[in-house]
Amino acid sequence: MTAATPTADTGAAPDQQGTLQSALQSRGLRKILILAVAAAVLVPLAHAKWSSGTWPSELTVDLNGPLGRTSDWIIDNRDSHPLFVYFLGHLSNAVVLSVRAVYQLLLLLGWTGVTAGVTLVAWRVAGVRIAATALVSFAVSGVLDMWLPTMQTLALMIVAVVASVVVGALLGLAGGLSERLFKILRPVLDTMQVLPAFAYLLPVVLVFGIGVPAALLATVVYAAPPMARLTALGLRGADPGVLEAVTSLGATGRQRLLTARLPLARKELLLGLNQTIMMALSMAVIASMIGAAGLGDRVYQALASVDVGAALAAAVPIVLLAIVMDRTTAAAGERMGADAAPSGPKLLRGWYAWAGVAVLTVLATVAGRLAGSTIWPSGWTVAIARPVNDFKEWMVDHLYSGVPVVGGTADWAAHFTSWVLDPLRDGLTALPWWGALLIVAALAWLIGTWRTALTATLALAAIGVLGVWKPSMNTLSQVLAALAVTLVLGFGIGILAAGSKRLEAILRPVLDVMQTMPQFVYLIPVVALFAVGRAPAAAAAVVYALPAVIRITTQGLRQVDPGAMESARSLGATRWQMLRQVQLPLARPALLLAVNQGVVLVLAVVIIGGLVGGGALGYDVVTGLAKGDLALGLVAGVAIVCLGLMLDRVTQPTQRRTTGKGA
Amino acid sequence: MTRTRIRVAGAAALAGATLLALSGCGKADMTKQGSPFQAAGGQRSVTLSVQTWVGAQANVAVAKYLLEHELKYHVDTVQVDEIPAWDALSQGRVDAILEDWGHPDQEQRYVKDKKTITAGGGNGVTGHIGWWVPKYWADKHPDVTDWKNLNKYADQLRTSESGSKGQLMDGSPSYVTNDKALVKNLKLDFEVVFAGSEAAQITQIQQFAKQKKPFLTYWYEPQWLFNQVPMVEVKLPKYTDACAEKGKEDPESIDCAYPTTPLQKFFNTEFAQGGSDAAAFLKNFHWTKEDQNEVSEMIASKGMSADEAGKAWVEKHPEVWKKWLPKK
Repeated sequence: MTAATPTADTGAAPDQQGTLQSALQSRGLRKILILAVAAAVLVPLAHAKWSSGTWPSELTVDLNGPLGRTSDWIIDNRDSHPLFVYFLGHLSNAVVLSVRAVYQLLLLLGWTGVTAGVTLVAWRVAGVRIAATALVSFAVSGVLDMWLPTMQTLALMIVAVVASVVVGALLGLAGGLSERLFKILRPVLDTMQVLPAFAYLLPVVLVFGIGVPAALLATVVYAAPPMARLTALGLRGADPGVLEAVTSLGATGRQRLLTARLPLARKELLLGLNQTIMMALSMAVIASMIGAAGLGDRVYQALASVDVGAALAAAVPIVLLAIVMDRTTAAAGERMGADAAPSGPKLLRGWYAWAGVAVLTVLATVAGRLAGSTIWPSGWTVAIARPVNDFKEWMVDHLYSGVPVVGGTADWAAHFTSWVLDPLRDGLTALPWWGALLIVAALAWLIGTWRTALTATLALAAIGVLGVWKPSMNTLSQVLAALAVTLVLGFGIGILAAGSKRLEAILRPVLDVMQTMPQFVYLIPVVALFAVGRAPAAAAAVVYALPAVIRITTQGLRQVDPGAMESARSLGATRWQMLRQVQLPLARPALLLAVNQGVVLVLAVVIIGGLVGGGALGYDVVTGLAKGDLALGLVAGVAIVCLGLMLDRVTQPTQRRTTGKGA
Repeated sequence: MTRTRIRVAGAAALAGATLLALSGCGKADMTKQGSPFQAAGGQRSVTLSVQTWVGAQANVAVAKYLLEHELKYHVDTVQVDEIPAWDALSQGRVDAILEDWGHPDQEQRYVKDKKTITAGGGNGVTGHIGWWVPKYWADKHPDVTDWKNLNKYADQLRTSESGSKGQLMDGSPSYVTNDKALVKNLKLDFEVVFAGSEAAQITQIQQFAKQKKPFLTYWYEPQWLFNQVPMVEVKLPKYTDACAEKGKEDPESIDCAYPTTPLQKFFNTEFAQGGSDAAAFLKNFHWTKEDQNEVSEMIASKGMSADEAGKAWVEKHPEVWKKWLPKK
């Protein structure tokens, strides 16, 4: 998090900021003028040639043919072509073998062994409190009768995380050591992260068939980028002084890498591991759509019978796994960063401790085996499905309509749709295409350089070329509306939380749950509350994107220079004045990052929106997967990436930063 | 630079070699890969595909229970959309689909051309797709059950999503639908709103029913939801072969009702011809709409798990399933 706001203390001097602003304004004016001139020349030309408001069909490329032929080729050659028989087949075998090995090991350890092992490791790495969390979490997944699916998910996650870390670290190493590779790598990583996972589920399934190998590879594609990014960042950010010293001692390139650069980057490496784990877990449910089994599959199957309670019972272990893994790796990162002298008796340090962990785990395993059951005892379970469903019914009944004064959620949804979503969508679709390009160019150029503007404009143009202009404008309207709600709520709550430690402490677990809860679980409740359509899609997006915005806002405000705050206070500023004139301006970089993260996360839920009636691109991606239509799904997926790229460039004024937590 | 390149190439070669060694060198058949979570130790196992609707879950629940308890198989189930399920069936990742609603393209490719999938005959249930309105509303306005009168009611069916037109709600994108063409060709003042998933559609229908609000929805039989929310079908122009033929050439031109579909079973060819008890049993699997709805209802509205529901039905109806067991 701290890495996210490195510029928080620059531009603090007010007079400096003033001149900067006026300079910016005049420069902005010049840019607008240039654009206006260009528009005056180009727009009449474009209008004369293709006189239509929406993207002219002469400028589109139809990918249906080639993509359809590709998918046919794969189906026809999958069982015989050497590429599959000698390479992909082995890859797939290797995945099955390794997941099976891990799964068998977990079953061998039994519930006693696994619980003891995880708890001890958490205690060793991260302390007593997190160990207790781990213990409770595994017990809960047993109590919810989810032990076996939890082990399946855990096995898949372990292999997926190891593979992602290896792939990510290799990519990151390349990017960290070579400037040219770094330049090539960046857009690739951007795409991997923004491309909705749904869009590449289909190609992966075409090649590998449904099942664990496909699910695992989709997970790696999704989870490797943060590792790659943070590895590259860590290597590039190594203190030049230290490196010079090492070089002057006559170290070779490899020695320098192993003895100086990598150890210096270990904090970033651990953060990368942490991010990779979180992303992999968030894929657990999505990958169930292509047969990944485990907890995600339980969530997905529960949805089919519209059973929120059963979905939640399977989702809770996912959330708990995520929290345990997140806290453990984060704590390990902090300890390493702090370089604190190890405390406690010598017996609890170094390899002694690890040996102790191993011995105790084995003892627990043996004890469990002697007691008879290696799978969670069936008598010790609690069925939560029915009470949860009853609660959902009760909530929906009381909130749906007829709440005095404020109206019910159905009324809100209807108003939101007709007052916000409809005008936005109609406006965006009615906007002539060259107008949209101009606006984006102007916004991006005002905020960044001509390069930013060019990228943003090209991204938008690509959407037109792909022939999905109209649905993209519809999706854009939904994203903008959801983003606005997210930012209003996020900034509001973030400001409150920054002012009160207690509120922040209360919020923390709530935000954790919101961030890690599989989106499939709240699909039914949002429909029940907001009726089928674009409104529940927006609601789902807000739920998903809100935690990151709140967190970044709170952090940003908290990190404002206490000196500036103190001097403002001594001048007799009220709390409101201080917030408006000192805290918010100084936290501007953090707030902008919050906006940017909001964009990325809202876009990530567009697909889920397709499942609740959001239509447009999200629906197309889902349809592509359901109908095996590679062209439809992939084109819509690429259009979402282009939207993401465009919005990113329009909202990200300063140098691109590595994404913070929650990315 | 060259040195790193050599090293990278070396690493890649090493990785490739490890991969080969891991899987025992030579060919790796993509169609011969089971799930890592399959029961170990030579136990006979069958993998069934479950589709997202509850009727399909009911078939699988009963088949699974009987395979496990009468024939001593280990049964894996995989939930996937229909087209990917066909693909999985042809690859042998799945052994059987117990309820298919008609996929002529896939049949042509896999059953007729590649012969990797074998048709398994009907499962006894006849499916029907149509447009439906709630009974409480149809009782008040009996003429709403004819498509010719629908435009009169468009106003009442307006939602914020359908704008100035009436809302015709469709479900999951994987379902067979011509509703957009129908609305256009029958000149109806309606907007097709896609709920995007069956879960969303059911939730919305339940919500409408609770409020006693009118609605018009794409829906299908057999379906357990009818027991909870009684609905009446809206008559569409009669289905004819001529209309179907026309629709095959140009889906945009369809202007008649949906056909009734005897639901079909499909098996992986190798599985079907392997002569196993499981294959014989699944070929015999044949029941009625009432049977299926009984199980569906237990799963979907009585809160039983699919396994419990399958067990309950099996215990109640031995006369039906005894006939399915392969002759010893």
